Amino acid sequence: MGKYILKRILIAIPVLFGITLIDYAIMCLAGSPLEMLQGPRVSEAAVEAKAIALGLDKPFYIQYFVWLGQILHGNLGYSIKSYQSVSSMIASHLGPTLLLMGVSLIISLLFSIPAGIYSAVHQYSKGDYTVVTVSFLGSSIPGFFLSLLLVYIFTVKLGWLPSSGMTTLGTDGGALDVIRHMVMPVIVLSFSMAGSTIRYIRSAVLEILQQDYLRTARAKGIGHFRVINKHALRNALLPIITVIGMEIPMLFGGSIIIEQVFSWPGLGLMTMSAISNRDYPVIMGVCLLSAVVVLVANLVTDILYALADPTIQLD
Amino acid sequence: MGIFRKNQYKNKNSLHNESYLQTVWRRFKRHRLAAVSLIVLAVIIGAALLAPVIAPYDPTAIVGGFSQPPSWKFWLGTDQIGRDMLSRLLYATRISLLVGVMATLISTLIGVLLGLIAGYFGGIADMVIMRFTDMVMSFPYILLVLVAAAIFSPGLWNIILILGFVDWPGVARLVRSNVLNLRETNFVKGDIVAGMPLRHILFSEILPNTAAPILVYATSVLALSILDEAALSFLGQGVQPPTPSLGNMLNGAQSLTVLTSQPWLWIPPGLLIVVIVMSINFIGDALRDALDPNGGR
Repeated sequence: MGKYILKRILIAIPVLFGITLIDYAIMCLAGSPLEMLQGPRVSEAAVEAKAIALGLDKPFYIQYFVWLGQILHGNLGYSIKSYQSVSSMIASHLGPTLLLMGVSLIISLLFSIPAGIYSAVHQYSKGDYTVVTVSFLGSSIPGFFLSLLLVYIFTVKLGWLPSSGMTTLGTDGGALDVIRHMVMPVIVLSFSMAGSTIRYIRSAVLEILQQDYLRTARAKGIGHFRVINKHALRNALLPIITVIGMEIPMLFGGSIIIEQVFSWPGLGLMTMSAISNRDYPVIMGVCLLSAVVVLVANLVTDILYALADPTIQLD
Repeated sequence: MGIFRKNQYKNKNSLHNESYLQTVWRRFKRHRLAAVSLIVLAVIIGAALLAPVIAPYDPTAIVGGFSQPPSWKFWLGTDQIGRDMLSRLLYATRISLLVGVMATLISTLIGVLLGLIAGYFGGIADMVIMRFTDMVMSFPYILLVLVAAAIFSPGLWNIILILGFVDWPGVARLVRSNVLNLRETNFVKGDIVAGMPLRHILFSEILPNTAAPILVYATSVLALSILDEAALSFLGQGVQPPTPSLGNMLNGAQSLTVLTSQPWLWIPPGLLIVVIVMSINFIGDALRDALDPNGGR
């Protein structure tokens, strides 16, 4: 077991290194931030001075190692626009995003796990068809379109919920206010995640239901209820670990668009404005952060899986 | 295991000799939603292909008043600068389907090639390709696409290339694991012993035997590509106006007037995306079941 975990971590290290390389390569492709400076009123000398100040006059591989070295010291560079340090910008926007993602993850699991299990246990019933159709809808509806529909219904027509921001302007917020602002983004994020999650759990449980040990349990005559609840569900916990690992990258991606639509003041909103401002250090920082989080999430998933399922071996 | 199968024991003729395709078709038809989806999708594709013939107006020409609600003259109304919405919708579907199909072709091609190489040759090639796959998969997909779209100026062909070059890792992993299994089968081992050329083994023996799962996977890539194009164009980073795409037609709904008082401008394109993507997903699910060699009758 220890050997498997060690091996898995050793594999992750070159991947991590590669992620920094890709991240850096993308930003090199993006072109020079000096382009933003150029204009009729900026002299050549000023541009050159800026290039030296930013270290852009050195060859790119030296720039890469300088950048990598700084990252290892926790320094992600400074925003070209606001001159704030990227790490402090990320830190100040991380809270709202984590809140949104965490709540959405929990809500989507709370709905999709029971729905997936119900659907598998009652395979080919009317309820099963309904659950699966809804889950297909969840993975087929664009998040932004669902957001617009919700805003149209709950903000424009009914006037129940606020459509943007995290707190009402001019008030000091308070938990209830934040919750009211969170309802719609959370619904959108968790609905689109639940789509694939329900079907994953359904097929995982279906597979478990066909196992020999369940046939034995049924043959013992202990009754349908106990077969499902005592024998099947415990084994269904395994796929749930996978599902959480699967959902984390989806959360990162989804939150970028959803935060933009609902003006939720998190990482996604910050990233979109950095992208439109060509603020490379910020984009680089966010890309790197999310890639590392996803990598670590995958690693933790694999390790948890190995701990939970003793038959797993690294091929 | 497909999800919507019905009447699985009703078929009387299943013992007759039938070709593989006939079997697949019969098993596909059992999924009623998929069969309906196939018809819906065929109608949509037909309308998109025939857009130049059936569209009542030029999609980029200003033919009516600003933001007119649906009427007999303009079935779906007109947009903010007086272009006919129905014509734009038809052309937009054309563009969105084109982006989806082309991006899927590119990513499937890349994924299949990398997966074949990694799975068949193993060793260092496998390690390098799979670690690279891990790296690309670590970046949230939409973030990578957004950054790429910001770097290479957004536009129709750039979007196709970006989506195509970002979405291959899933296919690569799938093909690799299938190839690993196929390499252990007797017919491939026989080929190797018989000294068959590598090209024959890879493309005439291994690839056809992994085509079915690739096809099923490609349907989900197609669905995702259409969704991603829509999201990108909605954010203004995808297909650029005046070329209409289903995503950028929704872009206008970010303004409050359009959202609140001109629903005909954003509900039809949004619904059309949902219908297209859902049909593709249903078809993919039925295909998975119909193509499954262990799927029974």
